[in-house]
Amino acid sequence: MSAILEVTGLVKSFGAVTAARDIHVSVDEDSVVGLIGGNGAGKTTFLNLVTGYLKPTAGTIRFQGRDITGMAPRRITRLGMCRSFQIPQVFDSLTAYENLLVGLGIVSMGRRAFVGSQLGVARPEAVAEETLERFHLAEYRDEPASVLPEGIRKLLDIAMALAVKPRILLLDEPTSGVSADEKFALMDLVLGAIRADKVTVLFVEHDMDIVRRYTQRILAFYDGKVIADADSATVLADPEVRRLVVGEPAPDDRGAPC
Amino acid sequence: MTPSRKTTLGLGIALLATGLLAPVLPKWALFLVTLSIAKGLVALGLLLLMRTGLVSFGQGLYFATGAYAAGVASDAFHIGDAVPMVLLGGLAAALVAAVLGILLARYRAIFFAMLSLAFSMILYGLLVKSSALGSTDGFNVAPRTIFGLAAGSALGRYGVYAIAALVAFGSAVGVDRYLRSYLGRLAPAVRDNELRVEYMGASVRNVVHINLVIAALLTGMGGAITALAVGHIDPEMAYWTTSGEFVFVAILSGTTSVAAPFAGALLLELLRSFAYEHAPNTWQLVMGSAMLAVILFLPDGLWSVFRRRRKARA
Repeated sequence: MSAILEVTGLVKSFGAVTAARDIHVSVDEDSVVGLIGGNGAGKTTFLNLVTGYLKPTAGTIRFQGRDITGMAPRRITRLGMCRSFQIPQVFDSLTAYENLLVGLGIVSMGRRAFVGSQLGVARPEAVAEETLERFHLAEYRDEPASVLPEGIRKLLDIAMALAVKPRILLLDEPTSGVSADEKFALMDLVLGAIRADKVTVLFVEHDMDIVRRYTQRILAFYDGKVIADADSATVLADPEVRRLVVGEPAPDDRGAPC
Repeated sequence: MTPSRKTTLGLGIALLATGLLAPVLPKWALFLVTLSIAKGLVALGLLLLMRTGLVSFGQGLYFATGAYAAGVASDAFHIGDAVPMVLLGGLAAALVAAVLGILLARYRAIFFAMLSLAFSMILYGLLVKSSALGSTDGFNVAPRTIFGLAAGSALGRYGVYAIAALVAFGSAVGVDRYLRSYLGRLAPAVRDNELRVEYMGASVRNVVHINLVIAALLTGMGGAITALAVGHIDPEMAYWTTSGEFVFVAILSGTTSVAAPFAGALLLELLRSFAYEHAPNTWQLVMGSAMLAVILFLPDGLWSVFRRRRKARA
């Protein structure tokens, strides 16, 4: 398998605060990677750097072998990288259907620029309807996004990123704001839809049960650094990760004061 | 029937009614309707900008550009037919917007509004100072032919009326189609969430720039039609109060329908005529009260009356 995303020596500082310290990561095509870490550990900064929202202080980002360091988000999107947001970023005055049609329409207008989309020549209207069905959003089709429940807005946000068929999808806390008993159903739905198309997925997640179940590999962040990068079982058993990220004492220092 | 066919049909009926009405309208009403249509075109451009989340307090810039371009085309370049004069007016304004848009498309909200106003006042200043264009007095404009026919005074009036109606019909159908296209759908998307538009792969700045140019094209044609109907051009067309009046019409009309700007402009002209006649010293007070009433009771504009009724029936 070849690397779809390669990050080398990535540094980002905001004045005295360093949100990314010398990050080296290589992600294989067709894999599911979890990003874990406490608040302020640098997970979202990492997503913002990779997708072009933030310009790194140092380091390079390569996507499918192409250097995308410092490119604008819309150019990176056209190469086939899409993301969803922790707080749903939808178009409030548009209906669920129209929300999907915006992204699909953009791809359809600039097909030659969108080298990264696998959408092909499908009609945007048809794909929008199909996506609504697939994500069980059909009943909300004609409701403006502003009146939809938060969980549905979250799903719509993810569906918008996914509908245009990117090669890599970055999800920022897909299950936050979703009730505990719906989390697994949501992840089954999202990953089921994506995995069929062999899309690579990176997702930020706080729920360790979700991480354990859906990822093959985990990157653990702490203080802007990647402190562990291995297969899921190894990372979750790592004492440092357990102490700093998961928040449970590792077996050997049980009983130590927190 | 698809919504876009429905709109075209509705606008077609309105066009037919405008045509049938022409022979029975008195001279003053013919003039008033022609002016309303010209202002409606400007407000249609503002509708497009408002859908994109922008309000321009400087549409007088494109209005005056269109009028002066038509006048100069006739005076200096001997293009004496009304139809190319109107088209040239629109193109000249679109060209100005294409250039200024490079800067304007970077700004939003009050900064966009004020920068548009600043540009329009610069043009006003230039026009006032240029003696070749008549300084503060401006100059007279009259088409020599209309659709190739010699423009006598009566034919001239009906001809400009007909051109106004046809341009308005074409523009309203065009804007309606545009708003339903993939590019047009990005207007409300930009208004709602620029970050997401960029993350879906489109350039927000390009969307704003394109809509600015389309709005200027409509406004320029409105300016040229006004010049032909009035027969005179002066720098007041670029003055900020002129731009303010266009915003007035746009708010009065709302952004729900492409027909609304024309209805709104006609209502404004009627209201002003009657206020002027019955309260010559306090007509601004009447206009202000009307604006207040619209904002308080019909915040989505006049057209929301129809929509509310439809909802109540459903």
